[in-house]
Amino acid sequence: MLGSGIIKGLAVTAKNFVGSYHDPARMVTVEYPEKRLPLPEAYRNFPFLVTENATDPMGTLRCVACQICEKECPPQCIYIEKSKDKKPDANGKPQLYPAIFDIDTSVCMSCQICVEVCPFDAIKMDQVFEIAATDRFSELLLHREQLAKPNTYFQEIHPTDAAEVDARLAAERQAAEEKAKAAAAAKAAAPKPAAPPVHPAGAPVKTASAPESSAASPAVKPPDEPRRSSPSEGGPAA
Amino acid sequence: MTAALLFLGALMLGSAILAFTRRNLIHSALLLILTWSSVAGFYLWAGAEFIAFAQLLIYVGAVSMIVLFAVLLTRRSLEDPLAAPAPRSRRVGAVLAGGAVAGVLVATVLGTPSAPAAASAPMLTVKQIGLQLMSAHAASLLVVGVILTVALIGATVIAATDRTPGKEDQP
Amino acid sequence: MSATLLSFYRSLLAGDSPALATEPFLERAPLELRDWFVQLLPAPLQWLVHSLISIAAILAIFGFFFAFLTIAERKLLGRLQNRLGPNRAGLPWAKNLKLFGLTQPFADAVKALTKEDIVPANADKLLHFLAPVVVCGFSLTTFAVLPFGREIIPVDLDAAVLYFFAAGSATELAIFMAGWSSRNKYSLLAAMRALAQLISYELPLLLSTVPVVLLAGTLSTREIVLAQGGWTFGVIPHWNILTPWGAAGFMIFLVSALAETNRSPFDLPEAESELIAGHLTEYSGFKYALFFMAEYFGMTALCGLGVTLFLGGWQAPCAFLEFIPSYAWFGAKLCLLILGLIWIRGTLLRLRIDQLTRLSWKFLVPLALINLANAAFWSLTADLPLPGRIVRWLVALALVAIPFVTLGRRLSAGLAPRTYRYAP
Repeated sequence: MLGSGIIKGLAVTAKNFVGSYHDPARMVTVEYPEKRLPLPEAYRNFPFLVTENATDPMGTLRCVACQICEKECPPQCIYIEKSKDKKPDANGKPQLYPAIFDIDTSVCMSCQICVEVCPFDAIKMDQVFEIAATDRFSELLLHREQLAKPNTYFQEIHPTDAAEVDARLAAERQAAEEKAKAAAAAKAAAPKPAAPPVHPAGAPVKTASAPESSAASPAVKPPDEPRRSSPSEGGPAA
Repeated sequence: MTAALLFLGALMLGSAILAFTRRNLIHSALLLILTWSSVAGFYLWAGAEFIAFAQLLIYVGAVSMIVLFAVLLTRRSLEDPLAAPAPRSRRVGAVLAGGAVAGVLVATVLGTPSAPAAASAPMLTVKQIGLQLMSAHAASLLVVGVILTVALIGATVIAATDRTPGKEDQP
Repeated sequence: MSATLLSFYRSLLAGDSPALATEPFLERAPLELRDWFVQLLPAPLQWLVHSLISIAAILAIFGFFFAFLTIAERKLLGRLQNRLGPNRAGLPWAKNLKLFGLTQPFADAVKALTKEDIVPANADKLLHFLAPVVVCGFSLTTFAVLPFGREIIPVDLDAAVLYFFAAGSATELAIFMAGWSSRNKYSLLAAMRALAQLISYELPLLLSTVPVVLLAGTLSTREIVLAQGGWTFGVIPHWNILTPWGAAGFMIFLVSALAETNRSPFDLPEAESELIAGHLTEYSGFKYALFFMAEYFGMTALCGLGVTLFLGGWQAPCAFLEFIPSYAWFGAKLCLLILGLIWIRGTLLRLRIDQLTRLSWKFLVPLALINLANAAFWSLTADLPLPGRIVRWLVALALVAIPFVTLGRRLSAGLAPRTYRYAP
């Protein structure tokens, strides 16, 4: 009958009207900027550098200025300058660090390739998008200090990824320590039966060889073990 | 209220004269509509409010639409005036026709005895007009109704046969 | 002649209100206020001040009504569409006070006033300027014959309904003027389509009011409201909408009113996807706001007329609710009707021009004519005993339902429910 469709339509809109006051499914507006929609975990915008703790950001950057991300970045928005000296990293090994690490956020296309290729889990994708700048050039070029954020922040924004990275790094650190301990124990145990009569000559050999072996053992490991970030971090964005 | 009558008369005559001297057809049509509106104003001045509103409704509301549609659908161009100047015979004919009409009007106006100023026109209510139409003038009303119906049917027939046969519009 | 004209004019105005001497205070208050103010002035000027007060009151009240109608419509449409309406326009001096966006109309007014007024170089300047003025002016003059309260009517005309439609039809002329003066062939085309729509729907609009005039016996709006007075058993009012022919007439009137004011679902002339803004393409700033205002005034006035003719005007629905003043009842019914129109706007899809005109000529006009016959039958069988009354109701209901169903079937004849074929 003519008009039955109209009545049904009017009923639907009436339900919309009444439901908009009490039913969240019928009021889908989120009054930005007072309220925000929760972002999916895999949401990404542009990168940030991970530091181990917040108190000394520049000193605890995981980045060792290997420049892999700079070379792999498709629009070449990363600019790195290595430092001249070395500082010890989380494992105690002296590493280079980036004296300059600039990312041009107006060029970055959020492809996440830098995250995928970083062997040190030093660069991860951030989720901030409210970074409008008033100056086209200087404010959109982010430096090391602006890019450095602590690991706790990384754990907040990407909990599963951070958990996996932390577990892996902790496991590597533990394996390195155990290997160092085993190598030290092996080195400590090994020279004893090798030179039994020459005690005064054996002592300097022992003391000379011990720090050498402990210094050599972490250096032995890197080429064999894969230190690349796991593929789960480079997964499709939600 | 002589001032009101003079104003209405000036408006009516002025817009009528302007209407047939304008080059732009649409301007002429709109000035004609102004003339009709001032005729409605005249009816109001004379106290015949029903006729005044009927005049507004019918002329300004409907006949004006017909005039405008006709002008717009049949014009060649709005700005081109009729380029040819009127030949002598047409001018003579215009003067004769205009003079005849003017003569009749002037004779009528001068021949009417002027009414005493204090006579007030009877206020006819719509009910009385309706009763008069239905009883004393019923025949004229029916004839007018028949004419309008015939016109409507004719317009529908003309519009219907314009369509190419066999082509049905999808609603 | 001048004395009679003046006395005639004076008699038109709702003068002193003797009938209200015993009414409650709220009822009498507006009229007594006006009379008190008029008496402050010398005698020769009193009729002038009387009309000026009515004009000022209408402009002020319906001006603010229009302003809050725009924000109410936007918020209501928002809620109907699962979103919030505008709620950010607060007060300029108190940045935190948002007031649910109720100051939005004032912000819109400032925006419209400060926008650049662009007139096309080739446009007909006089007509381009006059069109919004004419349309707004005539829309406002239609308010003069609506009875807002028991004795509150600005001008009490004998042929009030006719005057209302006469003033309303002059607005169609302004739409043509707007379309033509823009010197834009698409505006002209859209103006012609708008005119076709308006003419098509004038006929059902007028025809649906004829039964009311028939049964009330007068064209005067005040008397039509008075003819709908009284209650059966004190709770059922004698409004025209509660009769079969009245309900049908009200439906036809409502649909035609929607089309006459270019309101959704008949807003083809001003839809954005149709030749930009149709006949309003070349208008900007305040002139556009005036057209917009004229549309809302027209809608309010037609709703007011619908309330007067079908919903009993300022009459209360039950006898014991009469303590609420009459103008409050009129306002409440008017708001209800306008909210209904906004609801319809938020629900229905736009009709095409051929669907529009088909609806009018093939459905509404025959239905309105049959409704007229129905009303005549109703009026002829007014004095009948109880069994006759039941038969009268049944026949009247049948005369409403059967043509509706038949004509409705014919209107959608040849249309099957839409089938969708998707790519495999």
